[in-house]
Amino acid sequence: MMYFDNAATSFPKPEETVTSVLRFLTSTGGNPGRGGHAPSIDAARLVFDARERLTAFINGQQSERLIFTQNGTESLNLAILGLLGKGDHVVTTAMEHNSVMRPLDFVAKTRHVEVSVVACTKGGSLDLKALKDAVSRKTRAVIINHGSNILGTVQPLDRIRDAISGKLLIVDACQTIGNIPIDVRKEGIDVLCFSCHKALFGIQGLGAIYLREGVDPVPLKFGGTGSNSEHTEQPVALPDRYESGTPATPAIAGLLGGLNFIDRVGLGEIGEKKREAKERILEGLRRMRRIKVYGDVDGPHHLLPIILMNVEGVEPSEVGYACNRAGISVRVGLHCAPLAHRAVGTFPNGGVRISPGYFTGGDDIDRLLEVMRAIASQ
Amino acid sequence: MPANRVHYLLFTTIHDVLKAEKRLKHGHVSMEVVPVPRSLSSDCGVCIKSSASSQVLVSFLGQIAGLRCFVFDGTGYRQDELPGAT
Repeated sequence: MMYFDNAATSFPKPEETVTSVLRFLTSTGGNPGRGGHAPSIDAARLVFDARERLTAFINGQQSERLIFTQNGTESLNLAILGLLGKGDHVVTTAMEHNSVMRPLDFVAKTRHVEVSVVACTKGGSLDLKALKDAVSRKTRAVIINHGSNILGTVQPLDRIRDAISGKLLIVDACQTIGNIPIDVRKEGIDVLCFSCHKALFGIQGLGAIYLREGVDPVPLKFGGTGSNSEHTEQPVALPDRYESGTPATPAIAGLLGGLNFIDRVGLGEIGEKKREAKERILEGLRRMRRIKVYGDVDGPHHLLPIILMNVEGVEPSEVGYACNRAGISVRVGLHCAPLAHRAVGTFPNGGVRISPGYFTGGDDIDRLLEVMRAIASQ
Repeated sequence: MPANRVHYLLFTTIHDVLKAEKRLKHGHVSMEVVPVPRSLSSDCGVCIKSSASSQVLVSFLGQIAGLRCFVFDGTGYRQDELPGAT
């Protein structure tokens, strides 16, 4: 199999990830914070270590404010449902994923939250003047897709922070974390939401949200935390306030393995390998007739290993089918980002997304280009 | 501190217990993570047991919100204020 869907989840996983999950499943084994026995305490130590490492990775200050969730979507739901109330105004962008747009639609309908969507160019760049104009006195929060999951364009958080002044900044970093450095303090991020199974090389079932001190959403879940068990009211102390129920400890072990891999290889080298793979694919596609590549792929903000393309006259689903038959995995359709596809001009058919990863080989790329050439020649 | 007197440090979350463990280990302070004694709390969690003095504990623990300290003197527990702790 030749895998080009790393924007959905990275594959294969590094040896460190596999070993770490296996070690938990075969040696550690306990439910963290749910007992005084060694397996439980060792599992809790593993979760603590992962929380500290991940907090340091984003330059957060207090690791208890790094909350583990099921995925990036749950993190964004916690931020949106937990922070926005009746009559609030929120500003977001045309690049958002449905993990932002659907909870926003819900609060708009049920809590009369007013939602302003700021336009983006066909290349995915945010109109900063329009963003500034959209923010008003009653704006409660600004929600920004840091890196587009269809175009690979990254938004300039420092300029966005300047444009929105002191407003609450919620950032969806599902595509960027592990691909480019993120510094929550330097970039003025109040709430950072992300998944851990993409460029962090963890496994599926884990996401996280970092809450700046003073940002305290209403929890999404209530229940057992292993602490304050004599009380039926939800604990106030973090991280327990937001982490009811048994956590995805095997996935947290996988995250630690992924972070070990990143430490060993280096974020710079990992990024360079992905960039080379992206450039090689783009170079090959440019030589083909009937291939349309979207976005400002030569621009300074195209920083993610994501390419959106179409073959003229061929439905994306047909391209995907032909690729799959050749053993090549690409993602076709709207990628859960209908507004972004509207901005690009690929709605409603969508496009073909190619997202190479660290482990993408040169032979895989040659075969992908061969198959695309064959499809475009038909 | 007499040999038969032991501190029990109770925290509001397992995260804080392990944060305290990390800090005390860093200072090579003798300690152990143990189940919370039933007479102190009906909680199902864990706490830190240490025979180190209050001064030593405070110097390495720093500030951890919600920390409660008890001293066991061989016959019973009494709550103890750690100087400078919050």
